[in-house]
Amino acid sequence: MKGRIIILLAGLSMASPAVGQDSAQPQTVRAAVLRVDVPRLPPISRLDAPPEDLGFAGARLAIEDNDTTGRFMNQDFEALEVKATPETAAAEMDKLLAEGIPFIVTLADDAETLALADQAGDRALVLNARARGDNLRGKDCRFNVIHAAPSHAMLADALAQFLMWKQWPNWFLIAGSHPEDVALADAYRRAATKFGARIVEARTYEDTGGSRRSDSGHVQVQQQMPVFTQRAPAHDVVIAADENGVFADWLPYATWDARPVAGSAGLVPRSWAPSLEAWGATQFQNRFEKLAGRPIREEDYQTWIALRMIGEAATRTQSTDPATLKEFMLSENFEVAGFKGQKLTLRDWDHQLRQPILLATGSVTASVSPQDQYLHQTSALDTLGFDRPETECKF
Amino acid sequence: MKAATAILTSALCLGFALPAAANRVFVSNEKGNDVTVLDSETLEVIGTYPVGARPRGITISPDGSELYVCASDDDLVRVFNPETMEEMHTLPSGPDPELFVLHPSGNPLYIANEDDNLVTVVDTQTHKVLAEIPVGVEPEGMGVSPDGKVVINTSETTNMAHFIDSESFEIFANVLVDSRPRFAQFNDAGTKLYVSSEIGGTVSVIDPATQQITKKIGFEIPGVLPEAIQPVGVRVTSDGTKVFVALGPANRVAVIDGETDEVQDYLLVGQRVWQMAFTPDEKYLFTTNGNSNDVSVIDVAALKVVKSVPVGQQPWGVVVAPN
Repeated sequence: MKGRIIILLAGLSMASPAVGQDSAQPQTVRAAVLRVDVPRLPPISRLDAPPEDLGFAGARLAIEDNDTTGRFMNQDFEALEVKATPETAAAEMDKLLAEGIPFIVTLADDAETLALADQAGDRALVLNARARGDNLRGKDCRFNVIHAAPSHAMLADALAQFLMWKQWPNWFLIAGSHPEDVALADAYRRAATKFGARIVEARTYEDTGGSRRSDSGHVQVQQQMPVFTQRAPAHDVVIAADENGVFADWLPYATWDARPVAGSAGLVPRSWAPSLEAWGATQFQNRFEKLAGRPIREEDYQTWIALRMIGEAATRTQSTDPATLKEFMLSENFEVAGFKGQKLTLRDWDHQLRQPILLATGSVTASVSPQDQYLHQTSALDTLGFDRPETECKF
Repeated sequence: MKAATAILTSALCLGFALPAAANRVFVSNEKGNDVTVLDSETLEVIGTYPVGARPRGITISPDGSELYVCASDDDLVRVFNPETMEEMHTLPSGPDPELFVLHPSGNPLYIANEDDNLVTVVDTQTHKVLAEIPVGVEPEGMGVSPDGKVVINTSETTNMAHFIDSESFEIFANVLVDSRPRFAQFNDAGTKLYVSSEIGGTVSVIDPATQQITKKIGFEIPGVLPEAIQPVGVRVTSDGTKVFVALGPANRVAVIDGETDEVQDYLLVGQRVWQMAFTPDEKYLFTTNGNSNDVSVIDVAALKVVKSVPVGQQPWGVVVAPN
């Protein structure tokens, strides 16, 4: 095989009339992926155990993609992979800033993401690939942050549009007791108001630290879930808001009333799912699985698209200068393809990446929002999340 | 329906008036793992034949003796007898072949390997791989100049049209186009190269001599969301005056004036229209509609859609036998 591959280095570095530079030394764009791992209990399902290379595998694919294009542009890309704990995150960020890394993709929770963004200040552009908090796009927004991860509001709106299309407007909302669960539940309340649904009752599922997974876990759960969900007013669907994976996965088939479950279990709104096949996604899934040896996770997709945004900016500007790339990414000319059937662009009012949201069950991508019936004067994608007139973000 | 039938009848009458030969039309069904064969005059289905896993790109030799199908998930090109639809042999294609183009002489075959960032060149006579050419991420569109000297590959994630010298197999130019370039098509005079960008929503018109973009054609359809306009397949009439562009989920085929590069018309076809093929006399243009599982038949002179023919699951590519 090797012998047959024609290495075209001479041809590639030869200046083409259209693109390419003459200099022999490729120009490097440096980035880092900083993942802050919070110690936590294993998830309800062993299938959901976080892989060691979570997010980093997405980064590796993005760098491969960027480098392949970079060969034609005389550009080279790199992404350092940094693992941290909440205790070491600030120190790791300091190291990256001291090294002068201009682009830092973060995989951290809401509070940590905000702290890291403030720490970076104007020294680095932070690309948020995990945190979903609406406050990060609202009153706590920062000019030096781009959100590759969708917000709670986008995810909730995406599900709400589907449920309204399905004519299931009566929701029984069950939220966990953690602050993120409360924030997510607020996003569902907002979505209900926005799209005309009614929350017939909201209930809190307290995380008592009990046995979420043990050999006899399902025996207990089989008793607990029907009891927990009984005596709810008439509803069409149960919506679970469970960011920490404490209870939602046990709800389907165990609710007192025979009703479908959506939200954190059942029909789940997500930035990405390994089941997606449309829009060239099959090729993307194949490339990822070949590289990582496992199905892709949302964190991988979000990290991939964050680094692809940098690569795309470098291609289009034919530059590797961080300031030029930042300026272009935040300009209205910027767009990037992400295997979601349309170009993805940035909202100038909060730096959120506009993107379709998948509604996935365990095995299929059942639908993609925005639903066709929801129109918008500028972009149908702005029917998801906080639109320009609603934003609380002030840069 | 009534109106369409009436038009069809008149079209058929015209067909009888002129001594037009019936040709076989081959449609690859990506999810059905088969090829549907139609008769280009009666527009009836002749049969459906298994062709391997995930058939996408499909083409036929200039003499009409060999039908080539990219069996993407089998990682090879299967070659069929177009008359009997029996498999004759296979060609090594490299992994995940998606689209390919034959040299005008019928040899070699240039194949885009979508998962491996390669273009594989295969000798259709000896069945040997002549070269593997590294290109951008997700190579897809393949075009060849009428004189056979230049092969074009488009890479969907790199967003470039790569100009490859067909003698040396070396890339000599790269043209940056809009997002997700899907298809590359020269006009017969070799004076224009059309490259469609699915996500960018445009067709770039490139001067092959200078490798410069001379025009970017955009599309606007009343009542259709701009993001649903996703150009994929491109076909040009042999006189170069009309360019047809399949617009994917916009469910339209755009008709462009080949001289002025201006859009003239939009024809409503089936859902998610991707690839197209003319009959040799250019009387009809067939389109594959992946979401409605059918083929639309366009009367090229009248610029009317005259019929929809149900085919297999998720039709992807189409080719018409030359004889």
